[in-house]
Amino acid sequence: MSTSQVISSVRRAGESGGRILRYTLSERVHHWTGFFAYFYCLITGLAFWSPYMYWMAALVGGGPTARFWHPWFGLGFTLSMFWMYKMWYRDLKTTDADRRWSKAMKYYIENEEEKVPPAGRFNYGQKLFFWLMFYGVILLVLSGLGLWFVESIPWSLRWLRYTAVTVHVVAALATIGAFIIHVYMSTAMVSGSFSAMVHGEVTPAWAKNHHRLWYEQVTGRAPAEKKTAL
Amino acid sequence: MSQATLAIKRISGHAGPAPGEGVERDYQVCKLVDTTTCIGCKACEVACLEWNGYEFTDTVFDNSYQTMPETTWKYWNLIKFNEHENSDGTISLLMRKDQCMHCADPGCLAACPADGAIVQYTNGIVDFQQANCIGCGYCVSGCPFDIPKFNPATKKMFKCTLCVDRVSQGLEPACIKSCPTGCLHFGTKEDMKDLADKRATQLRDNFGFEKAGVYDPAGVGGTGVIYVLHDATNPEAYGGLPKDPHVPWVVRFWKGPAKWIGNLAMLGGIVGVTLHYLRFGPKRVDDSKPENGGRP
Repeated sequence: MSTSQVISSVRRAGESGGRILRYTLSERVHHWTGFFAYFYCLITGLAFWSPYMYWMAALVGGGPTARFWHPWFGLGFTLSMFWMYKMWYRDLKTTDADRRWSKAMKYYIENEEEKVPPAGRFNYGQKLFFWLMFYGVILLVLSGLGLWFVESIPWSLRWLRYTAVTVHVVAALATIGAFIIHVYMSTAMVSGSFSAMVHGEVTPAWAKNHHRLWYEQVTGRAPAEKKTAL
Repeated sequence: MSQATLAIKRISGHAGPAPGEGVERDYQVCKLVDTTTCIGCKACEVACLEWNGYEFTDTVFDNSYQTMPETTWKYWNLIKFNEHENSDGTISLLMRKDQCMHCADPGCLAACPADGAIVQYTNGIVDFQQANCIGCGYCVSGCPFDIPKFNPATKKMFKCTLCVDRVSQGLEPACIKSCPTGCLHFGTKEDMKDLADKRATQLRDNFGFEKAGVYDPAGVGGTGVIYVLHDATNPEAYGGLPKDPHVPWVVRFWKGPAKWIGNLAMLGGIVGVTLHYLRFGPKRVDDSKPENGGRP
């Protein structure tokens, strides 16, 4: 998070009862660009994955159309993922707070918030999700190029064709698992987080409960932990 | 196939068994390529283009008589030339007609994700249906012979059809029709195997080709194109004919167990988060609590 964003968050939070800016417009645009591109790749990819899900290709114009756009949307998702990396990598470094948080992940899952150590702007689970998607998309785009230009891989290097298939499938399944959890947590499990990614703002109480270190940092209510990124 | 269903099963008022009853007919069709009598004239290449309506394309010279290095989406039939050095130092100019092998167990069909884009007829012909093809190229990964090719303009895959349009009308494929030496034969799989075995025996007994044999690889369940080779122990010498072709195990795993493991995992994820919601519910922050900024 840049300094100007912190200042802007503080200014908003300073107003009594005011909402705190959690995601800037740019962050939201890039998040939803990434979502849209990933979702397109997901449903078309599932169509190519199983005959029982081939009907999903019909939703986006049929098999050939889905096949034409899938790699382009994949490239779009890759770009968007790198953009998110650029925006967030400072906030995604693992800190001591994360190490404490990760030990208490069980309590977080079971909604026993009082036993969960405070988290920074992103908690350790969110960081894990990001890195899984980040490294997942790198594997997907590399193997995807192999599938896209399969005839360009010479016959003598055909093991690369088979590797591309394997890597693409494994990486896709890993990101799908993470994606299911991400969608569940942001729409159903953690009330207020979907709205945060749409409107950009959260209530002070939300910030205090879910990301206390970040809350303290942006409101200046308490000294920020040195390790949390500014 | 219509003829297959019209085989006599029972007839009325007939003393004794019905003529033809229970007779098994082999409807598997097969091309036999006798590489020992091929002269490399390429008449089959031209006939293939003519029948299938493709213009002749520019040749690619690669220090041999071969027209181009590989078959292309609009060049399905290619004689592969190889100057093979024998163990006694002499040279054999090996020529093999390369095309789709029409495997009994087709890897392209196993890999294909598009409904109805690849069909296998009961006569053994494996045919691409471009109307259903999505151009993904999975068949390229599935094929052990590197045959399916992509047409970038129409974004569809193409390969030899074994002249299904001619065969279904009782004609032999165009390549067979054009062969001047009779090294190409066409008929039922049984007949072609018999003929191939006879020729291989002849080569072994009378011509000194001790390793002569028939190429009908079992790894893909046998093929609809079989070869007589002077040296069946070294098919690789004939323009890279694989010794023991089989559908790549990655493709088998991908289209078999991986699909079920993956589907179960995805379903498990959805069931898991649903159960989590039912058991633990959402994380709510009560704004009205004093510590959250509400008034007591």
